[in-house]
Formats: sequence, structure tokens, C-alpha cells
Amino acid sequence: MLTAVIIPTVINGLLMGAVYALVALGLTLIYGVLHIINFAHGALLSAALFAAFLCFRYLGLDPYVSVFGLAPLFFLLGYGLQRFVIGPAAHGKDSNILLVTLGLAVIIENALLYVFRADTRTIEVPYAFNVVEFAGSFLAVPRVVGFFAAFGVAAALWAILSLTDIGKAIRAVAKEKIGAQLAGIDVGHVYAVTFGLGTACLAVAACLLIPSYYVNPHVGDAFVLVAFTIVVLGGMGSVPGALLGGLFVGVVESLCGFYLGESLGQIGIFLMFILVLLFRPTGMFGERA
Amino acid sequence: MNSRKILPLVIPVAALAVVPVFVHSNVVLNFMVIALLIALVGQGWNILGGYGGQYSFGHAAFFGTGAYATAILQVRYGVNAWPAFAIGIAAGALVGAVIGFLSFRSGLRGSYFALVTLAFAEVLRILASVAPITGAGVGTLIKLDLRPISFQFQSRAAFYWVILALFALSLLIVRVIENSRFGARLVAVRENEDAARALGVDALSVKLWAMTISAAITAAGGCFYAQYFLFLDAGIAYGPWISVEALLAPIIGGLGTAFGPLLGALAVKLLGELAKFVTGDAPGLDLVLYGVVLVLVVWLAPGGVAGLMSRISSRKTRAAHG
Amino acid sequence: MAEALLAVANVSKRFGGLLAVDQACLSAEQGKITALIGPNGAGKTTLFALICGFLKPSSGQVTYRGEDITGRPPHRLASQGIVRTFQIVQPFAGLTVRENIAVGAHLHVASRAAALKAAERIAGEVGLGPMLDRPAGNLTVAARKRLELARALAAKPALLLLDEVLAGLTPSEIRDIVPVIRAIRDGGVTILMIEHVMQAVMNLSERIYVLAEGRIIAQGAPAEIAADPKVIEAYLGHDAANRLRGSAHVH
Repeated sequence: MLTAVIIPTVINGLLMGAVYALVALGLTLIYGVLHIINFAHGALLSAALFAAFLCFRYLGLDPYVSVFGLAPLFFLLGYGLQRFVIGPAAHGKDSNILLVTLGLAVIIENALLYVFRADTRTIEVPYAFNVVEFAGSFLAVPRVVGFFAAFGVAAALWAILSLTDIGKAIRAVAKEKIGAQLAGIDVGHVYAVTFGLGTACLAVAACLLIPSYYVNPHVGDAFVLVAFTIVVLGGMGSVPGALLGGLFVGVVESLCGFYLGESLGQIGIFLMFILVLLFRPTGMFGERA
Repeated sequence: MNSRKILPLVIPVAALAVVPVFVHSNVVLNFMVIALLIALVGQGWNILGGYGGQYSFGHAAFFGTGAYATAILQVRYGVNAWPAFAIGIAAGALVGAVIGFLSFRSGLRGSYFALVTLAFAEVLRILASVAPITGAGVGTLIKLDLRPISFQFQSRAAFYWVILALFALSLLIVRVIENSRFGARLVAVRENEDAARALGVDALSVKLWAMTISAAITAAGGCFYAQYFLFLDAGIAYGPWISVEALLAPIIGGLGTAFGPLLGALAVKLLGELAKFVTGDAPGLDLVLYGVVLVLVVWLAPGGVAGLMSRISSRKTRAAHG
Repeated sequence: MAEALLAVANVSKRFGGLLAVDQACLSAEQGKITALIGPNGAGKTTLFALICGFLKPSSGQVTYRGEDITGRPPHRLASQGIVRTFQIVQPFAGLTVRENIAVGAHLHVASRAAALKAAERIAGEVGLGPMLDRPAGNLTVAARKRLELARALAAKPALLLLDEVLAGLTPSEIRDIVPVIRAIRDGGVTILMIEHVMQAVMNLSERIYVLAEGRIIAQGAPAEIAADPKVIEAYLGHDAANRLRGSAHVH
């Protein structure tokens, strides 16, 4: 009865993969436009998870409701970070950006640690354990919602990038920064908007994850490493790449976790990440000689 | 190399060496030991990052390997502490060479290099947290045996002199590198790898050597940690805290300078003490402060303390001549 | 006839769908200055990169002193005597002029002191003597070009590849640096240069190759090249060349 086990594993992998893809989307967007690897992405995801947690615990808001407040809030947070901290602190040097985003990651993660301690927290929503039957598998409702919501956000992002003025400006800057500057586009503003969008994706991902996941200051890191793997696999700056890559990685992780167990499953992800970095196709990102 | 180059190293080291003669407070000595330990670990990072320009976010991989190798050899195989120390350094160097070879051969630079070193350190941390040989979740405990033959000492001053000697050795290594062809090539690769290659520099070989030396020095710090604290677990040995402190010290103190790591380590540890003083021992706050300092230093004083000092002295020189 | 120090035979480079260099053939004679010219985007710097090992050719062969060096890494070629400069100047910005040049000198000298001394001497030869202790990042464009030259010279090249060393220089700066280049050639170094400044090219080089859209379309002595209609067309475009020809007929 292997199929009875494999199919649900794969489907669950797909569901999880969509949320990974959402995290990866933010990362790939930031890389595609600013050409920086945002080391603070994981810590920001942790912060978003805690924000969703607090909304539930103290405001009684279901995460599917608080997302509408948290997404704009985190957009502003991301905008502010890029505009007023990362941008100025980096003086344009790549090596500096690396250190600044690392510094932010350290600050955010440890601030969460200091305020919330390391204990794991969860929220209890009435539908957390509801299941839906599909193709012989029982799928948790939050995960199914997450799957569709992730695609929804991806579609919204696509719409923003293709149809709005700011979206066009973002694409212009991603392609040709100096040309865009000459055309009068405020590159600093575009960078900040992009960073804000990427961070907003994290807020949505957090609200989708929290019904069925736990919260502690280090959770974000695990997700972000998977997200990094997806982004490198799917192509830095590619939105469809992030989506497909996310689904793929979700399935792989699900199968690995099923066969290898939790910890080794985690190592599997790291090893996949390392292998992807070491063997990615030549010339894809121009970092190779 | 003439005495003119060695003297500036000898004087501060000599000054530090006499500290235990006048200071008997265990609290202060402990602080100095830890500061020198971080300075040593930071010096390792400095060689690869400061002089070589390759920023590793996973130096814990070498620290932890040195620490675990030393500890496990003693605890499970009955090896004497001193050869275990040496083997620990070698083990760390080997891990450095392997990671370096894989990363540099694949052409990883900048952010990608930082990412992959981070990943390697995490893999080791997870492995250490489940592997039976390291005691898994429980950790590894070295048996207390306060005799020099077991590389443990009754007096804190003895530990202090050992770590000072190790740091002084690292200073010497850095000074030799600074005045060698290898060093000239290393900084050339940092400044502009392609231009260096066009001038005959085998960038891969240079970076690999730098990585290996860097790993060895950082591993020595790990070995010392094991002997001083006698307890390790995966989070201590391979945790992000040491990867962060390893880079923080040289960045704050002055990248690519021999004393930068020491200045930075002192600054970092003083900050840590301040944090503890203000808010008690709550976990996380010291690292928050470190993160803030990192961002501020990169933003406002990229040359670190050493950079500020040289800016002040050149301003004085200009004022004197002006 | 002097022998060819460097021979490039049917070298091509494909990037995905783009054929950047198409069956290029050229040779640089020992002790002479050979120029490679052509409109922007023709593939000249790519060809340099292929010769020096920064890129591997998709096909073709590069021979140096009779030996096949195709695809050999740049640092090995440097120790065999092939040194290049870069179109966009690449100084070691954080190091002083002296330390910059010393890196080149270290190719042949292990001692730091000897390398630094050699650096001083070479700096004098290119006119950078007074700036020895300045950080390379603080130099003017003209000084950086000289530094690029000095660094390459310190590596004692037999074949020097200059990539637009005159770009960005004012006419008087060009006038000052041309004799330096000639002196290098007189010292026995073979030079292959990419250049846009036509006056200097015509003055300096003894043989010219013209690259357009990845293909060598003309080669010969400067006078021949200046009169070659294909070359004019490559630079000015089909219509402008026709118009020129048309107006020439009218006169």
C-alpha cells in the first residue's frame, strides 16, 4: 500500500511547498531588484510569526484576519529598514550590506529571544485540526488554505509588478539601475518598496503557517534556509522559479522527513542547500569566473 | 624580518603578561581570559576576512571541531590533553581546508560564500546535537583534573598566560603574513581578485591557504575553550554565537590589522558585561547589543577602532604640520 | 619575417544563443605592437579574455611560443609571460601605489623587500614616482592607467595585452603616455592592444586587426586599414559609409 502513503506525503509536500514558495518569493524579489541576499529574512519571518501570535493571544484575532493588518505593517517595517538603515549603512558596498543584514538578523532574533524566551508557543484555532479529503489523503485545512493563499499572493505580486506604475519602476530598476535613475526614478524609494513587499510576503506566510506550526525565535532560520535553497534552485530573481522551486523542495522535504525523521530531515535540507550552491549551473548568476 | 616589525608586538604582549602579577581578582582575570579567547578566534577570522576579504558566517565550524576533537579524544579515547589539543587544531584546519576547497573551487564569493559557510556550520551543529559520540543533547564533560599535565590549571593566571601565548603566536603569524609574498597576494585577492589573477596570483590556492590557517587558529580557540570550561554541547561548540563573535571582534577592532581582534574583543566583552549589569543575565540581550554595534560600526566607522585611531593620529599629524 | 609570439586560430565563443566571437584569427609578432580595433560591442574584450584564460573558447586554439595554451588559467599564463590590463581600471584600491606594483613584482620575486624595491623602480619608469605612497583609490584616471601599466610591467611580461589603456584620458595625457608604451615595446615586450583612440593606434601600431560583430573583417598595416571600405562601414554603418562614398564620388 505504498501509494497510500506516498501520495499523501507528496500532497502535503506540495501544500507546505507553496508556503515555502511564499517565503522564497520575498527573498527572490529582494535579490532580483536590490541584488542583495537578505540575511535578515529569517529573523523577520520569526518576528512576523510572533506578531501573528500576539494578535491572536492579546487581540483575539484569527491569523486569517490579522494578516490584513500585519501585511501592511510589515511592508512598512521592510520599507523603513531598507530606506533608513540598510541603504545608508551599506554605503553601496556589497560586503557592507552582508554585514548590515546579518547585524539586523542578530538584533531581531535575539530581541525576540530576550522578550519571549526560547520556549515554543502555539496558538489554538478551532479549525487547526479540521481535515479535508482529497485523492485518498486527509489534508489539514490550514495547509490547504495556505496553498491557495500562497498562489493568491503570487498572483497579486505579479499583478503589482506588471500593471502598476511602481511595479514598472521596480522592473526597470531591476534591469538597469542607472538607466532607471536617469529616467527620473527614485531608486532608493524603489528599493525600499521592494524590500517592503518582500517583508509583507513574510507576514502573509507567517499568518498562513501559524495555525499549524509552532513559534520560537529560531523557527524563521529553518524556513529561510529552505527559502534560500529554493531561490538559488529556481533562479535568483525569478518569480515562477520561486514558486516551482518551492513546490519541488516541499515535496522533497516531505519525502525526506518521512523516510529519515526530523533531525536528519533538517540536515537533508542543509545538504541540499550546500549542494545547490556548489553545483549550480555555470554563469547563472555571474559569480563564477 | 627585522626587530622593527616585532617590537610593536612585543610591548603590548609584555604589558598584558604582567597583568596577573598585579591583578588577583578572579572576576577580572576571567574576563581577560575570555576576551583573549575571543581575540584569538577573531584573529583567525581576521586572516580570512580582514586580510583575505572572504567573509565567513560559519567560523563556528572550526571552533567547534577543535573543541569537540580535544574533548572527545580525552573523554572517550584517553588521549592526553596536550596532544589532544594539537590534534584538535589539525582537525579544525582540515575542516577548513575541505570547506574552503569545496566553496572556492565552485567559485563562491561574497554573499554566496557567507551563506555556504553558515550552512556548513549548521550541519555540524545538528550532527553534533544527535550524534552519540558527542553526547548528543546532554553534551560532553571533560573530567576535572587540575594538573598541568591534563592542560588544566589551579590558578586562573596560568590559563591567562596560556591564552595570551596563543594570541601572541597568532600575532606573530599575522605579522609574518603581512610581510610575505603570500600576504601581498592575499590582500590583492581581497582588493580585486581578477586583477590579481592577471598578475600571476593563484587565487584559489591563496584563499585556500588563508582558510586553512584561519581555521587552525580559530580551532585553537575552541580547544582552549574545552580545557577552560570543561563542558561542551552542540549549541556552544557550533552555535551562531561564536560565528558572530568571531567576525564582530575584528570588524569592531579594525579589519586587516594585527591588533584589531584584540581591541574588538575587549570592546565586545565590555559591552556584554554592560548588558549583564543593566539587565541581568537574560539571554539574548548581549547579542542584540552586538548586532547594533555591528550595524553602527559598518555604518559609521568601517575601519573599526583601529581605523578611528589612525584617523585621529593623522589628524594630529596634519595639525602639527599645518 | 619575425615569428608570431601569439597565434589565435579560429577562436569562437558562444554565450547561449549569442556568438560573441566568430572564428577569430590573429597573430602578434614578436617585438611589435599589434592593435585590435573595432566598434563597440564587437567582442574585443571577450577575445582578450579568451586569450588570457578568463574565458574558455567554445572552439579554436590559442598558441603562445608554439605551445597550445587554450583555456589555461590566467595566473599560469602570467608566469609564462602573458599579462593583461583591464578596460575598466582595476587597482587594488586599498593598497598604496608601491604595494600595487609589488604584487606584479612578486611574480618573480619572493622577498617582500625586493618586490617593494622593484616597485619603486618601475613606478619611476612610468612617472608615478611621487605617488608611491598614495592609496591607489585616490589616484586620477590618468595615474590609474599608469599604475595599471606599472603593475603589468612589474610582472615582466613577454606579451602585454593592453585593453583600452588610453580610454578616458585627455589628449595631453595621451600624448604623455604614448612614449611610455613605445618605450615598453623598445624594451623587447610584444604588445597587443585594444584601442579606440584612432590617432594613437595609427601612430603606435605596426599591424592592425579589425573586429566587427565578433569577426575579423580586416587586417594589415595602419595605412591599409584606414583606406579599407569595410572598416569604414563597420564603424559608421552601412548608410553613412554609402553617403561618404557617394559624396567622395561627387567630388
